[in-house]
Amino acid sequence: MINLTIDNQQVAVEPGTSILEAAQKVGARIPTLCYLKDINVIGACRICLVEVQGAKTFIPSCVAPVAEGMVVRTNTPAVLKARKLVLELILSDHPMECLTCLRNQNCELQDLAKEFGITEVRFDGAKTEYPADDSSPAIVRDPRKCVLCRRCISVCTNVQTVQALCAVNRGFDTLISPAFNEKLADMECVQCGQCSLVCPTGAIVERDDTAKVWAALADPKKHVVVQTAPATRVQLGEALGAEPGSIFTGQMVAGLRRLGFDKVFDTDFTADLTILEEGNELLQRVTNGGTLPMITSCSPGWIKFCEHFYPDLLNHLSTCKSPQQMFGSLVKTYYAEKEGIDPEDIYCVSIMPCTAKKYECQRPEMNSSGYQDVDVVLTTRELGRMFIQAGLDAANLPEEEYDAPLGISTGAGEIFGASGGVMEAALRTVYEVVTGETLENIDFEVCRGISGVKEATVQVGDLPVKVAITNGLGNARKVLDKIRAGEADYHFIEVMCCPGGCIGGGGSPIPTDIDIRLKRIDATYTEDERMALRKSHENPAVKALYEEFLEKPLGHKSHELLHTKYTPRGVNK
Amino acid sequence: MVTCACNASNDELTKQLDRIIDPYRGNPGGLIQVLTKAQNLVGYLPRRVQVQIAEGLGVSLQEVYGVVTFYAFFSLIPRGRHKISVCAGTACYVKGTKMVTKTLKDLLDLKPGQTTPDSRFTLEIVRCIGACGLAPAMIIDGKDVHGRLEPELIPAVLEQYA
Repeated sequence: MINLTIDNQQVAVEPGTSILEAAQKVGARIPTLCYLKDINVIGACRICLVEVQGAKTFIPSCVAPVAEGMVVRTNTPAVLKARKLVLELILSDHPMECLTCLRNQNCELQDLAKEFGITEVRFDGAKTEYPADDSSPAIVRDPRKCVLCRRCISVCTNVQTVQALCAVNRGFDTLISPAFNEKLADMECVQCGQCSLVCPTGAIVERDDTAKVWAALADPKKHVVVQTAPATRVQLGEALGAEPGSIFTGQMVAGLRRLGFDKVFDTDFTADLTILEEGNELLQRVTNGGTLPMITSCSPGWIKFCEHFYPDLLNHLSTCKSPQQMFGSLVKTYYAEKEGIDPEDIYCVSIMPCTAKKYECQRPEMNSSGYQDVDVVLTTRELGRMFIQAGLDAANLPEEEYDAPLGISTGAGEIFGASGGVMEAALRTVYEVVTGETLENIDFEVCRGISGVKEATVQVGDLPVKVAITNGLGNARKVLDKIRAGEADYHFIEVMCCPGGCIGGGGSPIPTDIDIRLKRIDATYTEDERMALRKSHENPAVKALYEEFLEKPLGHKSHELLHTKYTPRGVNK
Repeated sequence: MVTCACNASNDELTKQLDRIIDPYRGNPGGLIQVLTKAQNLVGYLPRRVQVQIAEGLGVSLQEVYGVVTFYAFFSLIPRGRHKISVCAGTACYVKGTKMVTKTLKDLLDLKPGQTTPDSRFTLEIVRCIGACGLAPAMIIDGKDVHGRLEPELIPAVLEQYA
């Protein structure tokens, strides 16, 4: 252990600990801006300066390791003054549009300005004038608001291994951008929005589509239906001020009704449906010698990643559309027919923890109903804003139930929101379908948790089914490279684009860190346990859908409405 | 002077670049060496050259572009046969960097970072070149130092470079 003194208090920490982390142990909270635990530790912003006895200059505590006998002061007047100067210089090149910024009151720069007691910026210098990139349907980049912390680059490069962004030029001219100022829509950015989740300011945000939804709700001709993704019910509370891990299912349904949606449906329903289609596809591939391992296709960021970086493996992807898109095509066919509504008048809104879903719903092939199947996607953050704008006191709303039939679901659909959930839901069904026996213990603990690559072998009848589960695209790469090398003997792989799964998606409430992800995962399994039905094939509304409309999994109508194809895209095109 | 390959055919250029990349293939650590040799070959680093290098070394185009735009040495635009580097270090700045730059601009009709249409000169502004005693100074082709410059002396200097 290393012994040192911080603010006159003795502390012993492991070698290699940063001064920043050591200070936390003695209750000294050092402010940070560029720092993002485990992801971006580069000492770029200089907000975390401290005084170290004997050092010639102040030291950035996030990158400085402790040393034996070190004497650190974290809050002398001189240190506070230096930090304030750093912040003032950053603010001197910031547009100060807080009142009209999407991140107003959810901004780390704003928080620091408040904490440091900034009442004026003494410096009036040059301003960054790079234009915004609003080419992407999912995220908008405004370099004027960028503080050059490089968190977005770190998460995109090291966590997602997409590397869509780099620091262009140097010094004051630095711009965070794709090479050659390419537009995000035109290159290998997968639209996952993890950058928007870690941006401390409003420099990268989700595209705000709430105005489109307000307009649809105001249009008496439109029959406006909404679907809510599994993860949103364990996220929305946070966007409205509740603790991470709060479950807001019933309140979300009640609030959506009060916003004026004609029907409040659930993506969990089509998650159950996905299990039947995808489970049968897997069985078919195993039986008929189809391409294995089969990989899940629920996550549009993952799909785009595969199209760009592993186009040679596209035939491993399940042909199933994501639950959101299955819902979109069914609502404008099955539901429209059943209710006698002209699909042209149906406006389908999705609430998703995801920015890539905004991209997905605009893909040209996502129009099996003859219309754009899903008209608009809102992230959990945007729905939170709509609730606030409408004066909905969500915590005090009565808990209401989803509408039938497309709102009926099982616990298996619910756990799609967490890494391993699709696999667990599939195993619950595949086991019973193949063996004809009732599964004794339906909790597949091996599938759960946040670790990057999980592997398991599950005995299903005579067949030992080998599965792998990954979350975060960097982890997906590890498994994909094994497939390329011919070293993967899995039958089925679940890939979720974002760390922790959809509960940590790019459209999640901010902040989203590992602790918050874990709380949302716990809440997800709590929801699963609360459900009366927990296996997709027991969903009565899904059974009725097959009886009344689709006939059978992988049938003709399923292929038309629920399955899709992929586009090899490559990189640097 | 470097052997300029900017008029080489695309296939030929691809082959020449591959010969530069080969020793570093799949090795991201070789990026700066490869970029340097590629720029010596082509004269500058256009997108297609950077893409070939990125794919050869197994790095993203973003990584390559970030390095290229970080270092003043690398250029995204065609370079002239002769590079004029005007010193903007403290001593030169005080003694007349602005005058030198303006004179060159008037004579050659180009701004810093640009190349003359006849590809004869590229003009750039650099930090201290260590010739403070000769301020204001400029370096041509990275080796010839011309100091104590005055507007009327500059045309004769330029005439030495065809």
